[in-house]
Amino acid sequence: MTSDKKELAVAALRNGTVIDHIPTGALYRAVRILGLESLESAVTIGNNLESRRIGKKGIIKVADKEFTKEELNRIAIIAPSAVVNTIRDYEVVDKRQVELPDMISGIVTCSNPKCITNNEPMTTRFIVVNKNNVGLRCDYCNHTVSGKDAEIK
Amino acid sequence: MNSNSFVSISDITKEDMLELLSRAKYFEEHPNSKLLDGRVVATLFFEPSTRTRLSFETAVNRLGGRVIGFSDASTSSTSKGETLKDTIKMVSNYADLIVMRHHLEGAAKYATEVTDVPIVNAGDGANQHPSQTMLDLYSILKTQGTLDNLTITMVGDLKYGRTVHSLLMAMRHFRPKFRFVSCPELRMPEEYRKICEAEGIEYSEHTDFSPQVIAQSDIIYMTRVQRERFSDVMEYEKVKNLYTLRNSMLDVSKPSMRILHPLPRVNEINPDVDDNPKAYYFEQARNGVFARQAIITKALQIDIPNHDKR
Repeated sequence: MTSDKKELAVAALRNGTVIDHIPTGALYRAVRILGLESLESAVTIGNNLESRRIGKKGIIKVADKEFTKEELNRIAIIAPSAVVNTIRDYEVVDKRQVELPDMISGIVTCSNPKCITNNEPMTTRFIVVNKNNVGLRCDYCNHTVSGKDAEIK
Repeated sequence: MNSNSFVSISDITKEDMLELLSRAKYFEEHPNSKLLDGRVVATLFFEPSTRTRLSFETAVNRLGGRVIGFSDASTSSTSKGETLKDTIKMVSNYADLIVMRHHLEGAAKYATEVTDVPIVNAGDGANQHPSQTMLDLYSILKTQGTLDNLTITMVGDLKYGRTVHSLLMAMRHFRPKFRFVSCPELRMPEEYRKICEAEGIEYSEHTDFSPQVIAQSDIIYMTRVQRERFSDVMEYEKVKNLYTLRNSMLDVSKPSMRILHPLPRVNEINPDVDDNPKAYYFEQARNGVFARQAIITKALQIDIPNHDKR
């Protein structure tokens, strides 16, 4: 906890959200999933930082913004190890690991070019078939994809 | 969304399957029942499939219903760029039931989400073709007198063949033994082998279409090995004749054994098998009409006269 606090102190967030322990290869996709491009508040993105837990990691700090549980759980597709810290008045008031939902709607693109979802203006839907290794199955064409290979819209 | 839609064999319960089979038996005994009098069925074939379309349309006609639709997407508004959703919504205004075939996978499932009219999937790309599975099951039941405890041998393209995958999913309710005969490139995919293991279903894999395998079988389900499935043409040339069934190979088989094939066949069943009473593939196609009459009446929740639902 002490080392976490030191790290968080770098950006010295007063209020907001820190998403830590993101695998380096997943960081920019996590940024997209959370829709950070369109945020007005201060966003700090760091990558290839030292991590005792996963070697190298990415981190995202967003000032003055708290996400819903559902919004944050979406990044579990690509970063199941990510940890979310909610900061209020410089204190970590909540710290939890993201949780993979049973179903994912509208974030992942199906890799099957002959899937109806790639040919109609419609929302994709994936069933999470393996929570440990993050396996997803398209609810329309039944093609499967692993979370780390999943193409994010 | 209409809960009576028939989209995938994995969605339907063993009880529903048995009810459909018992309906199919009724229609074999009473092929011309005017149960669809005054009803309109749309057959939307975004991808041509003459055999399946004629089978469905014969089923509707024998039930006294009317058919509207198209047999090729080029004659529909799809060619003008209309979405599937819009086509389905438009046809839903006219028809009591929609039978659809589409080249895109998942098309039928999506169609169920945009309409309250029941949808019957007549094939969506390489994904599902559940009415084929029902006619396969009905053929097995009719020739063996039961679906339980049978040894089913599947031969040829077990990797891409959707009919063998769906048949496996349907038969898993009936304690089967499976024999998978294919070259290594076209072996049964891991996900289906895992389903067998999870459900305690005995299976074995063979690269040799041997007399031992033939002798054990109650059903031999042949499929076509397609050249386009091979990245290496040499590989195709090597295996293309390894899984051809010839009449002389059938001497060791059980008297009750029957040969099924979803058709069309190319060279995987030698024509000298056709006159053997164990060849069942042409009758199998005839059963398609009864199976489809069963599917259509169940989707419309039309009761069969004096029919026990099991």
